[in-house]
Amino acid sequence: MTSPAAGKQNAGKLTLSRALNEGLRKAMENDPKVLVMGEDVGRLGGVFRVTDGLQKDFGEDRVIDTPLAESGIVGTAIGLALRGYRPVCEIQFDGFVFPAFDQIVSQLAKMSYRSAGHVRLPVVVRIPFGGGIGAVEHHSESPEALFAHIAGLRVVACGDPADGYAMIQQAISCDDPVIFFEPKRRYWDKTDVDLAGGVAAALPIDTARTLVTGTDVTLLCYGPMVRTCVEAAVAAQEEGKSIEVIDLRSLSPLDTETIFASVRKTGRCVVVHEAAVTGGIGGEIAARVSQECFYHLEAPVLRAGGYTTPYPPSRIEDHYLPDLDRVLDVVDRAFGY
Amino acid sequence: MAVKAAGQAASPSRSHDEPPPTPQLIQLLTPEGERAEHPDYPLDLTPDEIKALYRDLILVRRIDFEAIALQRQGELGIWASLLGQEAAQVGSGRALGPRDMAFPTYREHGVAWCRGLDPAKLLELFRGVSHGGWDPKAHNFHLYTIVIGAQTLHATGYAMGIQRDGALGEDGEAAIVYFGDGATSQGDVNEAFIWASVTNAPVVFFCQNNQWAISEPLDRQTRIPLYHRARGFGFPGIRVDGNDVFACLAVTRQAMQAAREGQGPTLIEAFTYRMGAHTTTDDPTRYRLSAELESWKLKDPIERVKQYLIRSGMAQESFFTGVSAEADEVGIRIRKACLEMPDPDPLSMFDHIYAEPSGLLEEERAQLAAYLSSFVSEEAAR
Ligand SMILES: Cc1ncc(C[n+]2csc(CCOP(=O)(O)OP(=O)(O)O)c2C)c(N)n1
Ligand SMILES: [Mg+2]
Repeated sequence: MTSPAAGKQNAGKLTLSRALNEGLRKAMENDPKVLVMGEDVGRLGGVFRVTDGLQKDFGEDRVIDTPLAESGIVGTAIGLALRGYRPVCEIQFDGFVFPAFDQIVSQLAKMSYRSAGHVRLPVVVRIPFGGGIGAVEHHSESPEALFAHIAGLRVVACGDPADGYAMIQQAISCDDPVIFFEPKRRYWDKTDVDLAGGVAAALPIDTARTLVTGTDVTLLCYGPMVRTCVEAAVAAQEEGKSIEVIDLRSLSPLDTETIFASVRKTGRCVVVHEAAVTGGIGGEIAARVSQECFYHLEAPVLRAGGYTTPYPPSRIEDHYLPDLDRVLDVVDRAFGY
Repeated sequence: MAVKAAGQAASPSRSHDEPPPTPQLIQLLTPEGERAEHPDYPLDLTPDEIKALYRDLILVRRIDFEAIALQRQGELGIWASLLGQEAAQVGSGRALGPRDMAFPTYREHGVAWCRGLDPAKLLELFRGVSHGGWDPKAHNFHLYTIVIGAQTLHATGYAMGIQRDGALGEDGEAAIVYFGDGATSQGDVNEAFIWASVTNAPVVFFCQNNQWAISEPLDRQTRIPLYHRARGFGFPGIRVDGNDVFACLAVTRQAMQAAREGQGPTLIEAFTYRMGAHTTTDDPTRYRLSAELESWKLKDPIERVKQYLIRSGMAQESFFTGVSAEADEVGIRIRKACLEMPDPDPLSMFDHIYAEPSGLLEEERAQLAAYLSSFVSEEAAR
């Protein structure tokens, strides 16, 4: 079973969608217990084409077009995991994970604890998340904090193709349940992906990554905001501000070591996410940074994110989503104390 | 890995006590446009009533075409076409009384039309100007529900309210809820069946089996005809030719009247076909054969009514050209409405979240207002 991209390995740039596809393919080649399951993941290859061609190459036993029921997808994935499989579930859009919320929160997250460690559930739940694609309701949400609140789940978000390729493989080989968020508006962004390199050398999945080093302010982000924040750092550079950009990657557990070290260096911290600021990941980080870096802070920890509203109609979503200007506006405020 | 997961056949003796009955399809108008009779579903329509149904079918298809064109031209974000399902929607929609309540999915543009909702309201949603925003009570037509199956429980609860209000009887009220073949797999839909059965609620479950749930064919959701499922839940199930507007009208009328009179729920499986893509972002050539579409084109829901009207001499050429001209007018009107639709005020995103204004939201509204005006003053300064 050769990968269609095998001939052009290292040949360069892949989209995030394609990089995830290659990562899934690698994981399936390496471990016959890895299964892919979800709505339209088979012949269609998923609505974002992340599972394109996998059913053709690995068969209907391993790439399963499921009945249209998210609770069923996750619930049966748990059963398959109990039987030794490593299912990768696709939830078609962020807003459709909620029928599976009970299975994820009360079963998937707690089985290890309930069984005193006798049972591990290596289930990955992939969720395309975030807005900016002009979609109708329920197709643009950022529910990551709801999952980060639940002990027993690992919650991660990839920010670019290279990371997507490595992180999906790491998530699959992880013995804990992983909620894997994919920034859907970045599916067609391209970067270099080293397909030959293997993941052994890749950054561990629970480690944050410093993308831009800087001295004046720490900008924490993940998923779709990674690109925005790197662009913000470049723009700020022109104004003489040195921004350190960190892609959190893991939202639970948080890599607080990397975060604290950076904030102690810069003295300022801004957290950026598309999700509503209220009750979001940013609040958790702000509390921890305030506690652990208090004497290093020049300003309170600030947040740029969605408002405390449901995701608005797409014609005004640009006003809801933090963009380059909004991020820089909040960064400016961090210099105003 | 020896076991084949897909296509496994349980031994027939294990899966059924008795051989399954061959599916019965209620049909009152054949694809060729011949009138058929059914002893349980007598239907007497005047020529004017038949012409009115034909007009509905044509106008609804025209609205759909216009919306697809608007999407292609970038005026709508997305559109979920009802092409092929006009008869199921118009037949059932015209079976409702003004006091009945309808709960749609995202594809029920034909039902919306029958309830009197301005099609421009639908365009608002698909353009991204609102999440729907109409008052469900204005036309007894609930908001479009995008989360698959959720509305089946809402309709059932609404029907339980009808019971408690004592609004049953010969001229009582009932609810009808629309959903697809894919939706029948959802827990919510199965729970709705149980609730409706146990409470004997006045609700009609109208399932448009259009054979596909995006790329998944019916056999990913069921191994028995969907209408057979009703029996297990304890109420009647009927399969109707979903491309036959007469049959959809007659069957829905009867089920709604039974519900109004306190005889409980019915599942109607309208056997039809999604002739277009799932939505404008979908590419069906990736997963289905065009031969299937060709065979369903022969069962077109509109052509057969036209043939019937012509053969029976009920309508002349002038009638058809008149309807077609009216359809063009409707197309022009909704296109204009769409193009003239203003984008919402960004600050309106803070409206209607709670019954009363909330302090935090008002603060955020003020923040956004200040932020937006900072750009205006920057521009003025230039
Ligand atoms: C809970 C939920 N999961 C997934 C989706 C994505 N989705 C939208 S339509 C659809 C298929 C629905 O098929 P069916 O019920 O047959 O209705 P049809 O679209 O054919 O009218 C899916 C999977 C959704 N809207 N809601
Ligand atoms: Mg369907």
